[in-house]
Amino acid sequence: MPEPILKDNSLESRIFASRLLLALFVVVSLLATLLARYYYLQVSQYEIYTTQSDRNRVHVQPVPPKRGLIYDRNGLLLAENQPSYNLTLVKERVVDMDATLLLLQELLGIQAADIEKFKKRLPRHRPFKAAPLKFKLTEKEIAVIAVNRYRLPGVDVTAQLMRNYPFGELYAHSVGYVGRINEKEQQSIDQSRYVGTDHIGKLGLEKYYEDLLHGEVGYEHVETNARGRVQRVLEHFDPIPGQDLTLFIDSKVQRVAHDALGEERGAVVAMDPKTGGVIAIVSTPAYDTNLFVSGISSKDYSRLRDSIDLPLFNRSLQGQYPPASTIKPMLGLAGLDYAVITDESVVADPGWYKLPNDDRKYRDWTWQKRRSGHSPWVNLHQAIVESCDTFYFDLAYKLGVDRIYEFGDKFGLGQKTQVDLTDERKGLLPSREWKRQMYRLPWFPGETLNIGIGQGYMLTTPIQLALVTSMIAGRGKAMRPRLLKSVDGVDRPPVPMPEVKLADEASWDSVIAAMRDVVHSRKGTARRIRLKAPYKMGGKTGTAQVVGMKQDERYDAETVTKRNRDHALFIGFAPLEDPKIVVAVIVENGMHGSSAAAPIARKVFDAYLLAEQKK
Amino acid sequence: MESKDFVRQMPGYVGSFSSGRTLWQRVHVDMPLLLLLLMLTVYGLVVLYSGSGQQMATVHRQGTFFGLAYGVMFFVAQFRLQFLRRWAPWLFVLGVVLLLAVPYFGTGAKGAKRWLSIAGLPRFQPSEIMKLVVPMAVAWYLSERVMPPRIQYVLISLLLILLPTVLIAMQPDLGTAILIAASGLFVLLLAGLPWRYMMAAFALLVGSAWPLWEYGLRDYQRQRILTLLDPEGDKLGSGWNIIQSVTAIGSGGFEGKGWLLGTQSQLDFLPESHTDFIIAVLAEEFGLMGVMLLLAIYFCIICRGLYIAYLAQGAFNRLLAGSITLTFFVYIFVNMGMVSGLLPIVGVPLPLVSQGGTSIITLMAGFGILMAISTEKRRIGH
Repeated sequence: MPEPILKDNSLESRIFASRLLLALFVVVSLLATLLARYYYLQVSQYEIYTTQSDRNRVHVQPVPPKRGLIYDRNGLLLAENQPSYNLTLVKERVVDMDATLLLLQELLGIQAADIEKFKKRLPRHRPFKAAPLKFKLTEKEIAVIAVNRYRLPGVDVTAQLMRNYPFGELYAHSVGYVGRINEKEQQSIDQSRYVGTDHIGKLGLEKYYEDLLHGEVGYEHVETNARGRVQRVLEHFDPIPGQDLTLFIDSKVQRVAHDALGEERGAVVAMDPKTGGVIAIVSTPAYDTNLFVSGISSKDYSRLRDSIDLPLFNRSLQGQYPPASTIKPMLGLAGLDYAVITDESVVADPGWYKLPNDDRKYRDWTWQKRRSGHSPWVNLHQAIVESCDTFYFDLAYKLGVDRIYEFGDKFGLGQKTQVDLTDERKGLLPSREWKRQMYRLPWFPGETLNIGIGQGYMLTTPIQLALVTSMIAGRGKAMRPRLLKSVDGVDRPPVPMPEVKLADEASWDSVIAAMRDVVHSRKGTARRIRLKAPYKMGGKTGTAQVVGMKQDERYDAETVTKRNRDHALFIGFAPLEDPKIVVAVIVENGMHGSSAAAPIARKVFDAYLLAEQKK
Repeated sequence: MESKDFVRQMPGYVGSFSSGRTLWQRVHVDMPLLLLLLMLTVYGLVVLYSGSGQQMATVHRQGTFFGLAYGVMFFVAQFRLQFLRRWAPWLFVLGVVLLLAVPYFGTGAKGAKRWLSIAGLPRFQPSEIMKLVVPMAVAWYLSERVMPPRIQYVLISLLLILLPTVLIAMQPDLGTAILIAASGLFVLLLAGLPWRYMMAAFALLVGSAWPLWEYGLRDYQRQRILTLLDPEGDKLGSGWNIIQSVTAIGSGGFEGKGWLLGTQSQLDFLPESHTDFIIAVLAEEFGLMGVMLLLAIYFCIICRGLYIAYLAQGAFNRLLAGSITLTFFVYIFVNMGMVSGLLPIVGVPLPLVSQGGTSIITLMAGFGILMAISTEKRRIGH
C-alpha cells in the first residue's frame, strides 16, 4: 500500500453506523412496500383474482344427450347408439395447427382431403369446443395418440356415442341418417340445444323427428389444467335423453320387399289401411347409411351421386310415375259415382277406340298380340279384370277431365300424402287450369283419353298409389300414411283422410269384386299370384310406357333398350274380406305389372299375413 | 459502542479467550442466524414440494444441495477474515479471467452461456462466485483507504464493480448482473459514499435511461419491461407468466387455499412454479399469512446480518458483512417484486426457497462469511 493509512476509526464507525441505520430504514420501507403489494393483491383484490383463478380452471362442458333409439314394430333396433372413440381438437389449445395436423396425418394416415375439409370447417367452430377430426378410432390409433400426446397439445381422444344403423341400406330411404351439422343447419338450429352435439338428422325419420330424437343437453363443470386436460368433474347436470321411436315398420316384411326387388330399380310401399301405419317402405337401389354418420368420403359420395341407378333417390316418395292401369279401379268408381256408367254398361271393343270427329285410333294394349280386342262388348268388371283400355278411353271421354280431377283429388292424387318422411313429392293430377298455366294451351280431348289409362300428364308416387288403394280397400275411409307408431311407448293417434262418400255404397263392392277377379279369376291379369294363397286378395296391374309410341309403331321388348322398357306396377290389398295390408309396387323397366310387380306384392302379403297367422 | 471506538484494531492480534465465548462461537457458528436459516430451509422445502408438482425427487435433490451448502457454510465460517482479505484481489482477478473465458469455453442453454466446465471440477457458473468476490474486492480496496472515500477511489471501486457486471450482463444474465452490481455498490454506500456523488449518480442514471432503453437493452428485456407496464397486452405470450403469478397470489387471499391445494400451481397455470415463481405458490397456498411468515424470517435474517455488520471489527469485515446482508435483501425484493408485478421480470431466485443448487451454495457461503465475522475473536468481549 503506497500511501500511509491515517484512518479515523471513530469517524468511520460513525459513518458506517449511520449508513447501516439508513440501510435498515430502506430495507424496512421496501419490505413494507412488498407487504403492501401482497396485501393489495391478496386482500383488497382477492375477489377479482379468485374469480380469475376459477375462470382459469373451471370450464363448463356440455354433455350431449343420448339420441333416441328407433325400433320396428317388434322392438328390433333400427337405429342405435354405439360408443366410439373420436379424435378431437380444441383449436385454442393447439400451438401450431398446421404442424399438429401434419403430425396427425402422418400418425393416423388421415387423407389430405379430409384434413383440408377439417381446416375449412375449423373457423366456424365454437371457441374452446372440441372439433372432431376423425370418428371411430381403432384401438391401435388410440394407442398411437396416447403415446404421442406430449407432442399434441389440444388434441384429445373423446368417447362419444355414435349413431349406428345395423341394417345399413335396408332403411336408407325410411329411417334415413344423421350427419355432421353443416353451416346451413348451424344457422337454423337452436345453438344452445346443440352444444356438444356434432350430428343432426339429415334425412328420413332422423330428420323428420329430430326434435323428439335429440333430447336436451346437460352440463358439467370440470376442472382443467393449463393444457386443457380435464382433471375432475365438479358439478353435473344430466342431459335429458331423446325419445325412443317405435315404427309401424315390420322388419321382416321390409326385408322381404327389399329382397324381392333384388337388383331391380323400384319401390314398394305397404301399409295398414286401418291405421295408415307403413309396414314396409323400400326404394332400391339403396346405400349404407352408416357411411354418412362418420362423414362420407368424397369418393364414396360421388360414386353414389353419379350412379345411373340413382341410389340416393327415394323412389317411394320422390319417384313420380304414370300410374297406368292401376288408376282404373279409382276411375271405375268415378264413372259409377257420376253415373256415366253402370255395372251393366258395355262398350264395343274392336281393339281400339276413336273419338267422334277424329281419325286417330287409340289402341288397346292387346293390339300387339291380337287385332280383336278383349271381346265384342266389355263391361266395367271385365275392363278391370282384363285391364281393357278401350272401355276406359270411353269412360274417360264420358267423365271429362274436370270430373276426373275432382274425383282423383278426393283420393289424394296430386297432393302430398303427408307421410312423416322428408322430401316427398306430390305427383301430378292434371286439370284444364293446370295445363293453361303450364303450357298456355287449352285442354285437348285426346289428353283425357290418356288419363283414362293412367298415362299422359298424370303422375303418381308409389306412396300415393298405396294411399289410393287404402281408400278403396277401406271403402272410402283411410288413414294418412305414417311410420311412427309410438313415442316412448305412447301410441300416436292416426290422422284420417277426408272420407270419400259415394252416392251408392254398392259401387265399392263392384270395384272390389273386380279387383278380386284380377287375381282370382281365370282371365285376371294377376292370376298367377293367386297360386296356393291361403287368403283372398284384390289388386290391379299396370304397365307404364316410358317412351311414347307412334300410332302404328310396334312395341317390341326385344329391340327396346332396357332403360326404355315399360315400368311394371301393381297395387293390391289383402285379405279381401278384411284388408290388413295394402301394397303399391313399381319396378322400373320391369315390362309387365303382372309378371314383375304383382309377385313382389304377393311375397309382401305372405310375409305379413302368414307371419301374423302363426302368432 | 463508545468504549470500542478507542480500541485500535490490529491485524493478527490474538486476544485472550474471553469467558463469554460459547461452544458455538468457538466452532464459528452464529446460533441465531443458523436457527433462522434452518427455519427458512424447512419452509422452503415444504413449498418446493408443492411447487415442483409434488415430486419428492426434486425435494430430495434440493435437500442434498442444502446439506452440501450447510457444509460449505460451516467450512467458510472457519476462515480467518484476514485470510480472505489478503486473497480478495487475487480471487477477483481469477474470477474476471474465468468470466472472460465463458464466451469462448462456456456452455449453456437458450443462447445464454453461463456455465464453465474445467476438467476435474464440477460444472459451475463463474458469475456465482463473483457474487461474493466482488464485494470482497471492493471492501478490500476501500478498507485500505481513508473513509469516506475520495473521488478517485470511488471511480476505481466503480471500475471494480462494472467490469464483472458488464461481463455477466453480456452472457446475458441480467439478474446476476444486478445482484453483483448491487453487492459492490452496497460496499461503496456503507463506506460512506458522499451524498453528492449519489445525487450525481442518480441524475446520470435518469439521464441515461433513454439511451440505455434504445441501445443497452435486448429485445426480450425491453419486452419484459413493457409487459410489467401492461401485462394484458400479450395475454398468452410474454404477459402470461405475470398474469398467472399475480392471479395465483391474489387468489390465495389471507389464509391461502391450503398446502398442495393451489389451483394455479397444481394445475400448471403457473409457469416456473418451482424456480423463480415459487413465491406465487407460497402466496396462493398459504395466503398473506404465509407471505408474512416468510417476510418475518427474511427480516430477522437481515436484522441479524446488519447486527453482525454493526458489531464487526475492522472496515473490511464491516463492509463485507453489510454488503452480503443487503445483497440478500436485493434477492428478496427483486424476486418478490417481479412475481407480484412490481418489477420487470429478471432471473433472480427467491433466496433459499427456489430450486437451484448453485445459488443456494453461494448464498450459504455468504452466510458462512457472516458467521466467520460474527464469531471472530474480539479484543473486547461482548
